[in-house]
Amino acid sequence: MHLRLSSLILFGALAISTAVVAAPSTAQLTIKDRVFTTTELTVPANTKIKLLVTNEDLIPAEFESYDLSREVVIPGHSTVTVYLDALAPGRYNFFNDFNHAAQGWVVVGAPDQAKTGNQD
Amino acid sequence: MLATAVIVFREVLEAALVIAIVLGASRGVARRGWWVLGGIMLGALGAGLVALFADVIAQSFAGTGQALLDATILLIAVLMLGWHNVWMASHGRKLAGEIKQIGAAVQAGNKTLAALLLICFTAVMREGSEVVLFLWAIAASGGHEFGMTVGGFAGLIVGIAVGALLYRSLLFIPIRYFFTVTGWLILLLTAGLAAQAAGFLNQAGLLPALGNSLWNTSAILSQQSMLGELLHILVGYIARPSGIELLFYAGTLVTIFTLMRLVRRRALRSCRSSVSVRGETQATSS
Repeated sequence: MHLRLSSLILFGALAISTAVVAAPSTAQLTIKDRVFTTTELTVPANTKIKLLVTNEDLIPAEFESYDLSREVVIPGHSTVTVYLDALAPGRYNFFNDFNHAAQGWVVVGAPDQAKTGNQD
Repeated sequence: MLATAVIVFREVLEAALVIAIVLGASRGVARRGWWVLGGIMLGALGAGLVALFADVIAQSFAGTGQALLDATILLIAVLMLGWHNVWMASHGRKLAGEIKQIGAAVQAGNKTLAALLLICFTAVMREGSEVVLFLWAIAASGGHEFGMTVGGFAGLIVGIAVGALLYRSLLFIPIRYFFTVTGWLILLLTAGLAAQAAGFLNQAGLLPALGNSLWNTSAILSQQSMLGELLHILVGYIARPSGIELLFYAGTLVTIFTLMRLVRRRALRSCRSSVSVRGETQATSS
């Protein structure tokens, strides 16, 4: 009983640590002329994503998403990092809060794409 | 012009509602107006500084500087609101009594007033810096200067007006229930801010999400709708919450609620014993 409990804890800790330690796959978004140059960003499912958002304009933009619960100002000529945790397949809307005409979607693919995404 | 007004309104609203609630909750505390005003002024100054150094902040901590700053500001607000609510739990009865009898203000300790100042400071700084950056973005993109100024001011004034409306409506609550209501309002507001902080720490990659979108109620009540936005500010409504956001929300709610209960019980006991000994009502403020 005791052994089973401790092995369960060990397994749990291992599962959490691999989830945290596993190198996230990187994705890139660029804002130019106040809009996103990519409006559909495909990422693997159930994988932690390190999303780099670059603003090539001089003026600030705000990457915001209700679907992803993310919000960050990107000053001119700079790049910010936004982490996305293991997303289920689907489409997630994002926009530039400083210019609502600029809309885009994170498209999360089927789980088997996750493997190919992890190997690079 | 309208778009500018709407965006400025949304940012100002969040700060205005927070200030309206704490102004209500600290009703009857002497000199609270000056401390709140001081917090707003310092917050505006802070907002300017954050906007000015936005690029330095954004690039720091491997590009997660802004999320970390947001989380820090929010957690300071959570601590101060929690402190304020626990203080009110032990003094609310006394305040309600004094307001009913003589309408006189009660002297509060400097710690409580400083907490009040910090709450207003954090609310204005966080929302204000976004307003400044947004207005700059509009101005620099060659928008009509005049329309932008009018829109910005319109958004600012309507936002403050809604805050004032909330404050005025709070005053209609009978004094017997007043501090119970404001106590609950602050409790839910604080839990919502804690959930937001958790979201930012997750965004910066410091905390695991513990499950993205545990449920999705955006079809029933979208966060983009006016009601969804209002509930997001007031009680921390999130249409697609993550596990960590829920955990921070519940943890904050339970912690502050328990502390309030403990402090209130102790205040009642000491009040009773002092009445039985000397009949004195003078309580030393902490």
